[in-house]
Amino acid sequence: MDPQNTIICRCEDLTLAEVEEVIAEGYTTIEEIKRICRLGMGPCRGSTCLQLIDIILARKKGCGREDIKMPTNRPPLEGIKMGELAGDVGEK
Amino acid sequence: MSVKNKADVVIIGGGVVGLAVAYNLARLGIKDVVLLERAYLGSGATSRCGAGIRQQWGTEMNCALARNSMDIFENMNEMLETKRDIELKQKGYLLLAFSDREMEQFRKNLKVQSKFDIPSREVTPREAKDIVPHLNLEGIVGGAFCPTDGHVNPFLVTEAYANAARRLGVDIYTYTEALDVEVSGDSITGVRTDQGLIKTDRVVNAAGGYSQQIGEMVGLDLPVKSERHEILVTEKVAPLQGPMVMSFSYNIYCQQTPEGPFLMGYGDPEEPESYNINSSWHFLEEMTRKATSLLPPLKHIRVIRQWAGLYNITPDRQPIIAESREVPGFFMAIGFSGHGFMIAPMTGVLLAEMIAGEEPSLEIKLDPERFERGDLILEPSVV
Repeated sequence: MDPQNTIICRCEDLTLAEVEEVIAEGYTTIEEIKRICRLGMGPCRGSTCLQLIDIILARKKGCGREDIKMPTNRPPLEGIKMGELAGDVGEK
Repeated sequence: MSVKNKADVVIIGGGVVGLAVAYNLARLGIKDVVLLERAYLGSGATSRCGAGIRQQWGTEMNCALARNSMDIFENMNEMLETKRDIELKQKGYLLLAFSDREMEQFRKNLKVQSKFDIPSREVTPREAKDIVPHLNLEGIVGGAFCPTDGHVNPFLVTEAYANAARRLGVDIYTYTEALDVEVSGDSITGVRTDQGLIKTDRVVNAAGGYSQQIGEMVGLDLPVKSERHEILVTEKVAPLQGPMVMSFSYNIYCQQTPEGPFLMGYGDPEEPESYNINSSWHFLEEMTRKATSLLPPLKHIRVIRQWAGLYNITPDRQPIIAESREVPGFFMAIGFSGHGFMIAPMTGVLLAEMIAGEEPSLEIKLDPERFERGDLILEPSVV
């Protein structure tokens, strides 16, 4: 598996190599990693990358997946159009 | 991990303000600077802010701090030898007036701004529409525009100051909490942390939304209060809006960041004093109603995340950047009232000069005693 060609976060187009570089700089929590390289901040809200980053961090730290703290899960649960939230029902 | 047992200066708070102070202290040759952060760097208000940088203020102090900070942001990549570009975007801030009274206030503000060479100007509704073509002009009587205002990435500015400070020898301890400031007589003797005691006679309170709690540690009742402010971000879309659009009548701000998402916030006038940073549904409704009314094409864009942070507010909505008179050696960079990120660069310079006993590069009078004297000039332009 070539780290340069392995995509971890599709929304932000981040490769495994890029994520590993950020970790090597000393960012070892998901909260910090996402702020530096935007991992998990796209429209899918981390549905793939958050299932991978904890494995990557657990391997680096030599701990279990369950020891890696997930970032704060922020609402809404999925993307909602601003018009719908504003009450424009039926308008496309 | 245990902390050093003594330091020349201990900074409490690893947000952009604390880090800017740390970097500047080290730059001025102060040795043994320690910075304490109870979570990770920028985990408080810095990472939660709207990422806007604005010079269009209504008081001389805010204008001076913002104008000088802009110079620093413009040169930050070189000055701090940043690893990552700080994503400065200068597409301006467009402020909208919905009444003649509001427009009069803008004109007063523009006069103050011109004293500081801030290149802001009055605009007609038509000119506002030229600047932001998707603007709904209904009710708008005029506005003000400053083309050099804009955006920088708060996470990367935080990183830039932290890395530059570390290179100059500052010890930054994350996940390390200041539990108490020890005082003997009227002088500071040390800071007790959850990782041990650090002896010091100088402490900087840069604790943002929690600054009053640090004040209590030295027996001060600081004239600041904290209040939740909420914010949301949308999916990325193609470039649509250059400037930040802001209205004090709507109490909102809305910008498109260089990466493509829109970032917007609304200041609820009913928001009580608290440390609450939970998100609310009420905010989503209010925010989207106001934003889609003012900027109609936004209704097709999806909100993907919302969060909140704390404003640390003073009675005149200008910060406190001073040494305490009651507790010598207790320095404060607090009470930024929602605009700490954008004036952090100059705050760092000025407070470090004050601590190092150097000639200040800018005359400021932002002591807490002004609230007792009652000579307040209220900053009118806060959302």
